[in-house]
Amino acid sequence: MAADVLTKSRKEQGTSGPTRRNPLRKPATWVAVLVFGFFFLNLAGVVGVPVADSFGTRWFTSWLPEGWTTRWYGEAWREFGLGQVFWTTALVSLLVVAISVVLGVPAAYALARRDFPGHRLVLLLFLLPILVPPLTYGIPLATVLYKFHLAGTLSGVVLANLVPSVPFVVLTMTPFIEQIDPRIEAAARMCGARTSSVLLRVLAPLLVPGILAASVLVLVRTVGMFELTFLTAGPDSQTLVVALYYAVFSAGIRTQQSIDAMAVMYTLSMLVLLVIALRFVNPTQLVTRVREERSRD
Amino acid sequence: MSAPTAEARPALRHRLAERGVDRTLLLLAPGVVFLVLLFCYPFLYGLQLSFQPKDGGGPLADYRRFFEDAYLRETIWTTLKLAVPAALINCLAAVPVAFRTRRPFRGRRLLTTLLVMPITLGTVLTAEGLLGYLGPNGWLNKILRALGLVDQPVQLVHNYWGVLASLLITGFPFAYLLTLSYLTGIDPSLEQAAATLGAGRLHRFRYITLPLLAPGLAITFCLSFVLAFAVFPSAQLVGDPRGATHVISIEAYQAAFQKFDYPLGSAIAMVMAAVMLAVVVLVLAWRSLLYRGATGGKG
Repeated sequence: MAADVLTKSRKEQGTSGPTRRNPLRKPATWVAVLVFGFFFLNLAGVVGVPVADSFGTRWFTSWLPEGWTTRWYGEAWREFGLGQVFWTTALVSLLVVAISVVLGVPAAYALARRDFPGHRLVLLLFLLPILVPPLTYGIPLATVLYKFHLAGTLSGVVLANLVPSVPFVVLTMTPFIEQIDPRIEAAARMCGARTSSVLLRVLAPLLVPGILAASVLVLVRTVGMFELTFLTAGPDSQTLVVALYYAVFSAGIRTQQSIDAMAVMYTLSMLVLLVIALRFVNPTQLVTRVREERSRD
Repeated sequence: MSAPTAEARPALRHRLAERGVDRTLLLLAPGVVFLVLLFCYPFLYGLQLSFQPKDGGGPLADYRRFFEDAYLRETIWTTLKLAVPAALINCLAAVPVAFRTRRPFRGRRLLTTLLVMPITLGTVLTAEGLLGYLGPNGWLNKILRALGLVDQPVQLVHNYWGVLASLLITGFPFAYLLTLSYLTGIDPSLEQAAATLGAGRLHRFRYITLPLLAPGLAITFCLSFVLAFAVFPSAQLVGDPRGATHVISIEAYQAAFQKFDYPLGSAIAMVMAAVMLAVVVLVLAWRSLLYRGATGGKG
């Protein structure tokens, strides 16, 4: 990734270099530096405190803990049954990714290729679960899942997490499919390919990068999804975030350090996923799509 | 391309295919059915459940209970007092910063990567970190005391400010990235044309960029607001869940899953959705009053 960043920025610098004036003379630069500086300083504090605490022996009022140790990690692992929790998290996220790709990619194909009456309505249906915060629809959803005795089980957690994931796959894949030339499919048909072989041998290879990107994004979102999992999980179907919440919320008997160790483990697993995700997608795609300026080259 | 296998009734099939209706649409079916079952149905179920109170008293009893009980009713104001300033600060801070960074520059990818981090870290970890960082013996209070700015540690957690800080940390990157995507969608040649005609930096921003950005900014505000309005874990962990940050989502959760009064929980969730919708409609209506014209700045 680092090499990628380097070559990219060099290229960009090359194209915009000659026209650049001294950026320090613009007031907007100062505002930007100030806002980002303030933000990242505080962010470093927010992330740094649990990290320092989880490696410290005792930490009361000094700047840093008195001594350093790694034993809290072992304790957190045993105390919170993290083996089980990690296994549940992995199982839930992989199931959610697989099912949402199976449901979402065909829908994205139909949305990208056909303009039919009600197209906008279907698009709205796919947009709403992403725009509405999960807690709002999570409460009625969990109520329904309790009614059918699905909540509290692993399948309930998977079903609830699929609600924002399927639309997310659809919305990520639709522009991706739109940019594949439909004449390729037409040509395959002209040469006598059946629908199944058009799908498997023409479309699928072209779609693989998009599907990978969408799956990684769904994976990151599912591992980090607190609200829906919290509302539907039972004692043995908690994912890592929810277990972390319960650990913090019912603190008192547990040592602060082992909770922090758990938080750091969560952060680390999220970071690993993020680094993997960033190999496939632009970071801004996690929220939206930023258009790179192409007109200059 | 759409090649309908037309033997039996070519006319109807052709006419439908002409309008884009053919067998390809069957691919949509699983996704749509899934969302109708797990998104639309629960919502409607919750809506009708909210009109069937557990203790009887007519269909509107739960809504009446919510609005008559001052402790419950106040949750709306408590939440608005948190969500509106958070969304405003996030949007106002995002505009100048996004404006400065709208052109590609060295390290932009690194910057966006760092910014995505708090979004993915999630609210629970942020809350946990804030508790330590802003606490009475946290680094921030230590720095303030070392600089001689305060004598006593400033109380920043377990009250309003802790929750606001957590909303800013998770919300600012989101607002920034969204604003950036709208700004990069604006054709840079418009600004260049204005510069050629002699418009200064301030005029270009005021008369070219800002009007084109307004629709995107309104949407960014709405999304930031909606995100902040549903604040839940941080209000519980860094806030004062029984007092200053007794937000509406806590009340909805407690009603439904701690008191097992599903109708009341659904009613509160519906009130929550209605307030959000009202604010979003208000903001969008205000924007269309201010500016009517082509919305060039779509992301």
